[in-house]
Amino acid sequence: MKRILPLSLIAIACGAAQAGELEVLHWWTSGGEAKAAAALKASMQAKGHTWKDFAVAGGGGDAAMTVLKSRVVSGNAPAAAQIKGPSLQEWAQEGVLANLDGVAKAEKWDALLPKVVSDVMKYKGSYIAVPVNVHRVNWLWANPAAFSKAGAKVPATWDEFFVAAEALKKAGITPIAHGGQNWQDFTTFEAVALGVGGADFYKKALVQLDPASVSSPTMEKVLTTFKRVKGYTDKNSPGRDWNLATAMVIKGEAGMQIMGDWAKGEFLAAGKVPGKDFVCVAAPGTAKAYTFNVDSFAMFKLKNDANTKAQNDLAAAIMGPEFQEVFNLNKGSIPVRLGMKMDKFDDCAKLSSKDFVDDAKSGTLVPSIAHGMAVPSATEGAIKDVVSQFWNDDKMDAKAAMSKLAAAAKTK
Amino acid sequence: MTRWSWHRLVLWSTLLLFAVFFLTPLYVMVATSLKDMAQVRNGHLLSLPTDPTLASWAKAWGTACTGIDCGGLKPFFLNSVAMVLPAVVVSTSIGAVNGYVLSKWRFRGSETLFAMLLFGVFMPMQVVLLPMSQVLGWLGLASSIWGLILVHIIAGLPSTTLFFRNYYVAVPDELVKAATIDGAGFWQIFWRIVLPLSTPIMMVTLIWQFTNIWNDFLYGVVFSGADSKPVTVGLNNLANTSSSVKEYNVDMAAALIAGLPTLIVYVLAGKYFVRGLTAGAVKG
Amino acid sequence: MHQKGWLPKLVVAPSFVVGLAFIYGLMAWNGYLSVSASRLLPNYEFVGLEQYLRLWESERFRVALTNMAIFGGLFIGGAMAIGMLLAVLLDQKIRAEGVLRTVYLYPMALSFIVTGTAWKWILNPGLGLEATMHRWGWDSFSFEWLIDPDRAIYCIVIAGIWQSAGFVMALFLAGLRGIDDSIIKAAQMDGASLPRIYWRIVLPSLRPVVFSTLMIVSHLAIKSFDLVVALTAGGPGFSTDLPATFMYAMSFSRGQIGQGAAAATVMLAMIAAIVVPYLYSELRTKK
Repeated sequence: MKRILPLSLIAIACGAAQAGELEVLHWWTSGGEAKAAAALKASMQAKGHTWKDFAVAGGGGDAAMTVLKSRVVSGNAPAAAQIKGPSLQEWAQEGVLANLDGVAKAEKWDALLPKVVSDVMKYKGSYIAVPVNVHRVNWLWANPAAFSKAGAKVPATWDEFFVAAEALKKAGITPIAHGGQNWQDFTTFEAVALGVGGADFYKKALVQLDPASVSSPTMEKVLTTFKRVKGYTDKNSPGRDWNLATAMVIKGEAGMQIMGDWAKGEFLAAGKVPGKDFVCVAAPGTAKAYTFNVDSFAMFKLKNDANTKAQNDLAAAIMGPEFQEVFNLNKGSIPVRLGMKMDKFDDCAKLSSKDFVDDAKSGTLVPSIAHGMAVPSATEGAIKDVVSQFWNDDKMDAKAAMSKLAAAAKTK
Repeated sequence: MTRWSWHRLVLWSTLLLFAVFFLTPLYVMVATSLKDMAQVRNGHLLSLPTDPTLASWAKAWGTACTGIDCGGLKPFFLNSVAMVLPAVVVSTSIGAVNGYVLSKWRFRGSETLFAMLLFGVFMPMQVVLLPMSQVLGWLGLASSIWGLILVHIIAGLPSTTLFFRNYYVAVPDELVKAATIDGAGFWQIFWRIVLPLSTPIMMVTLIWQFTNIWNDFLYGVVFSGADSKPVTVGLNNLANTSSSVKEYNVDMAAALIAGLPTLIVYVLAGKYFVRGLTAGAVKG
Repeated sequence: MHQKGWLPKLVVAPSFVVGLAFIYGLMAWNGYLSVSASRLLPNYEFVGLEQYLRLWESERFRVALTNMAIFGGLFIGGAMAIGMLLAVLLDQKIRAEGVLRTVYLYPMALSFIVTGTAWKWILNPGLGLEATMHRWGWDSFSFEWLIDPDRAIYCIVIAGIWQSAGFVMALFLAGLRGIDDSIIKAAQMDGASLPRIYWRIVLPSLRPVVFSTLMIVSHLAIKSFDLVVALTAGGPGFSTDLPATFMYAMSFSRGQIGQGAAAATVMLAMIAAIVVPYLYSELRTKK
């Protein structure tokens, strides 16, 4: 009797350890995203785990972050949460994230991710998060019909941009569609910084926040160019949602939009064909550079062993080729896993994928500040405040903006 | 009674002008919810739907995506109902008893305590979030519908107490004195004398609490668990998509569905609301 | 009625203890956070007044405070004035009183999120009122407050008043109905005109109603966090930021809980400075 009992207990324990419960916090609530995430849920359920969906939409994750903090403070963290960029390090510093090195080694993540990306996923050398996809932010979307109507050429540099903008304006078409929101203002700003200053300047000034670079003549030139763009937007841009700006380009009311690759989803949903009804080119001056935005899931330390195993399965599945393909086809981004076959993806995605690999090798793969990939959230917020203020306030000049920027860069 | 004079004309025009001001947003919402997306994109805000359809309403209720689950607002709606009913009933009841004590059984320091409680009305909700999460965690109620109900009850105490106290102050003290002389005790006076007189203020408080708790988003999203999210959270998920085509007609239909219970309450019970206020919720 | 019995005290004790602990406990906790080094999550390291100093230097916070004064004053004043006006008008024995009263009151039933979204559309120059006027031929009509950093705050005032004036009206209507008709009749017989009667007799006797209404409207003003988020998201830039949205952004979006707590403390202090003397004077005279 005494021997059988421990053995049977072990047997039961092994059996029970199979099925875990995964509560996943995210903000993918729209049609395409939801479909993409459902693929992940299906693969978890196939392994016998239960998926508890915890979606909190809005503001690119603001409400979700609030909920996450409360849950962690109450001692009841979810299994996984959609966190990205330097925030991962901030959370890891609080000591609440789980170590994923076991899965990482088994699945050989170091070989499958560019170093720039895997560094973001690590804290003190250990993996604490798993990346899901790669969005390219420095795209320029253009309507060829509008351009031919104005007799303009899709610009490759910022000088060409202003020439094209003038032509479009004369033809009665809004040159550039913009949405006046904090993050959109900054998306345009970082595209200008990258195009005017180059990848090295971008990294020094905006990622490392080197004071000399932030207060340099190059920065002044960037700010002036940035403000010049405003003259080619329409007056209804404040507060406009990004997809409404894309709609302007789709309808031919505007000629171009500087926006990440999720804009492609809007074009496709409206039945437009890439290459014919719309074109995707790198934002002016940034053809050899790539601003990335990588979505990722951080895993929290859990008390239950079965749930921890489920977590590891989740991490492995996310980096697996099947999920990478299905998810990104539905979401409009490209797989973050290197070496994937891009046959099923459209031309814009293929270009994105090629540039991703090339630019990683040449060191011009840079994180997007507008999308929370580069600096801690406090600093990011402060810098965004200054840039948006500069954009909106016609009385502020570049020098004043620069000194405010320098002050904001010091925010902790 | 209705003498047509310059006075009346001015009166009526003013009232109607205000009515237009008040009704326009509702019209926009209803009209948009009845249009299809092509019309929304091409028409303008105030245009009438050329081909009204309830398709958006059906989608918002049953099939719209609110995360990975695409089951519409229905589950959230039911959660709200399950959450609101206990919260409203309990907070109103406690408020009634508190109001009774503060007006008829005053003791030393009761007025000060009341004033201190009243200050709670001014506290911004955001301050509550993190510490309350911690407390609920200790109590084992974190991320559950009961934790959410508890928070709403506590947060509602200052308002419900205020309403009932002000109302009961106007109830003549002689009634209570007479009953005491007849030998009635604390609870008997409450059940037999005070409570039967309370219908108007009950209505006011129930309506007020129902509206506030049903419409709350912040506490709902923070304190609920994965299975107990209220309809405001569902609406937010449905309407706030970060990278896809916005279906304004479905969004508006969803907003109307989420707001329907409170709207119905106000339309049907509005007159009880005013009657209750007249009877003294705000006097004294 | 004074009772030395323990039963009444016992009955209210639980809710009072819990309620007061909730309110003052949270304020104290928040106060402690404001002198701590909290960033992403609460951290109990004491840093003195550092958070307040940084708050003082923050331009965005100064904008938020100014906005609170503008918005608070205009919203409370506007809602009270319009509510009172509507109540007086409806008190004139109108046939359609029931319908009109529902029309004015229903906005209160909707959540701020719903209201903010609807108004955002209406006030948008390209999509809403201005565009519609242009379509109808009135080309020179312009209403661009929503996109003007200096004027956007007034849009929030408009939407807020729209939501709450009806409720104020209901409160005042109830108060008006509670006034004894005989006093008014007597004044009318003495030859006083209707406006004069309202000004001299009716409005002064509404003082207790004004007190309660003011409390409730102020409470709504503070809750306007949802409205700002839905209508302008604090924009353009941060020109329509309020201390409540500032505090939320700092604490939850930017991992600066210490800053958020400091902002909340400043907000509470300002509110207390106005409310406490008012509460004191009103409750005093009641005795």
